[in-house]
Amino acid sequence: MKLYDAAAVLRSKNSGPFEITVDVLFDNPDIYYKIKQSGVVNRQTISRLYRIAPDRITQIVFFDQALGFKITFARTVSSGTVLDRDVYGAQQHAPLMEWEVDI
Amino acid sequence: MAETFKILAPCGMLGYGFPKKSFENGMTHHPDAIVVDAGSTDAGPHKLGAGVSIVGRQACKKDLELIITAGAAARIPVIIGSAGGSGAAPHVEWTRSIVMEILREHGIRGLKVATIWADVPHDLVEKRWKEGKCEPLGLAVKPLTEERLKATGHIVAQMGHEPIIEALKEGADIIICGRAYDPSPFAAAAMYRGHESALAYHLGKILECAALCAEPGTTKDCMLGIIEKDSFIVRPLNERRKCTAISVAAHTFYEKDHPYLLHGPGIVLNLEHCTFTERGDGSVEVRGSRIETTPVYKVKLEGAMKVAYRTFVVAGVRDPLLIGRIEQVEEEVKRQVAEYYEEIPPEDYQINFINYGLNGVMGELEPRPVPGHELGVVFEVVAKTQELANTICGTVRSTFLHYGYEGRKSTAGNLAFPFSPSDVPFGPVYEFSVYHLMEVKNGLELFRNEYVEV
Repeated sequence: MKLYDAAAVLRSKNSGPFEITVDVLFDNPDIYYKIKQSGVVNRQTISRLYRIAPDRITQIVFFDQALGFKITFARTVSSGTVLDRDVYGAQQHAPLMEWEVDI
Repeated sequence: MAETFKILAPCGMLGYGFPKKSFENGMTHHPDAIVVDAGSTDAGPHKLGAGVSIVGRQACKKDLELIITAGAAARIPVIIGSAGGSGAAPHVEWTRSIVMEILREHGIRGLKVATIWADVPHDLVEKRWKEGKCEPLGLAVKPLTEERLKATGHIVAQMGHEPIIEALKEGADIIICGRAYDPSPFAAAAMYRGHESALAYHLGKILECAALCAEPGTTKDCMLGIIEKDSFIVRPLNERRKCTAISVAAHTFYEKDHPYLLHGPGIVLNLEHCTFTERGDGSVEVRGSRIETTPVYKVKLEGAMKVAYRTFVVAGVRDPLLIGRIEQVEEEVKRQVAEYYEEIPPEDYQINFINYGLNGVMGELEPRPVPGHELGVVFEVVAKTQELANTICGTVRSTFLHYGYEGRKSTAGNLAFPFSPSDVPFGPVYEFSVYHLMEVKNGLELFRNEYVEV
């Protein structure tokens, strides 16, 4: 199943002007825990999908109460300056959408 | 300490608007304070750099008119966080002029208006930086240099609850805060009345976005926060919305780098062990918020500098031959323009293309770079001066319009311009040049409170 179909919320946003944070929230605890326990959400995968060095990824955190996980990484261009294409960082979730997760 | 403390949050961003009915519903709950956040860095460095607001004056006044008249009638404090969006002196003055205008027009008297300035002198930032007490906040933040600091306009610091509590102690009825940590004005109102800081800050974190934590979520509707002895409740004020345990738990994900560890001025909020309980009436009760004060008090600084001037063009491309080789043609246009202006140093300007319908949003990260039947092309020239940006952009436009790529059939022109004139001089482009954590003696050191009796 594509992650976009498995998730109830899949979004990105600035976390300050120098970082992008991606939230993946589920409405089904089974799917959430299955993805969490599978270990597929890791630095290697995110690094590949976003073509960034693993050390540019600052957070990959699961939060059970909210049935979701969060990924935060450093922007290559800061918000709203020359060469930025997404000032609010609100449409940077696309690389995660088509990711096939085994659930 | 009063048993409960109620805060009415009209909207998630002052000037975004909210239903009058929700607000009036909120007032029937007899809130102890009305608090509204006006701040954001979301719209980029331009607002801080240029000293302009994110919302229009009329939009801000429309919201404030309801808030201030209701607050004055109920004799409860009204607190505005991060006035004018960026919270630097021009933004604070702009907000204050609107507040004063409303008080005058409604003949409201006998109030004390506090203004809390959040501007930080460049000298102080330089001094602390040289002492090693000013560090970049994030991997992508460029190091500070004397040159970059000098080129930076207003520098603001995000205030905590401390200066706001001072203003409440002075009996202020309306408090216009310069740049503040978004939850601080909410936390200050409750902490002033003796409520616990962990609950106050966690509630503030939720209320600064108003009804965004409800379902359906929005920043354009009102929310009520009720702090009790060892918990707080969030209650939507529009019957169309309700909070769920998950919607409130998930809210702390929003635009923060970590889902349950939140760093503020002098504090770290830890929400890992919170419980969220639905009360059956659309409201949710939260328990277990924790807070720690940091060993060294650090505040977040923000400052923007001008980096270039821009001129841009929006155009459409419908011809399939050109769509098929758009990036190649753009490179050729770039090269031809550079050759034509051989007397201009290449570092004085930059030509960039964004191809919507191909990879406009994601650029090189686009997982499916397949063009549609038409493309929206935005091209820009950023240069040392506006004049240079205008000049070169004009040449890019004419070169691109008539460029004779191989096999071309649409020999009369390559671009469909929706507007005349096609070239838009944009003005300066800014960059966040200061986004640092600076050590301070305490939460009051940088902020100056000023009072006016009306």
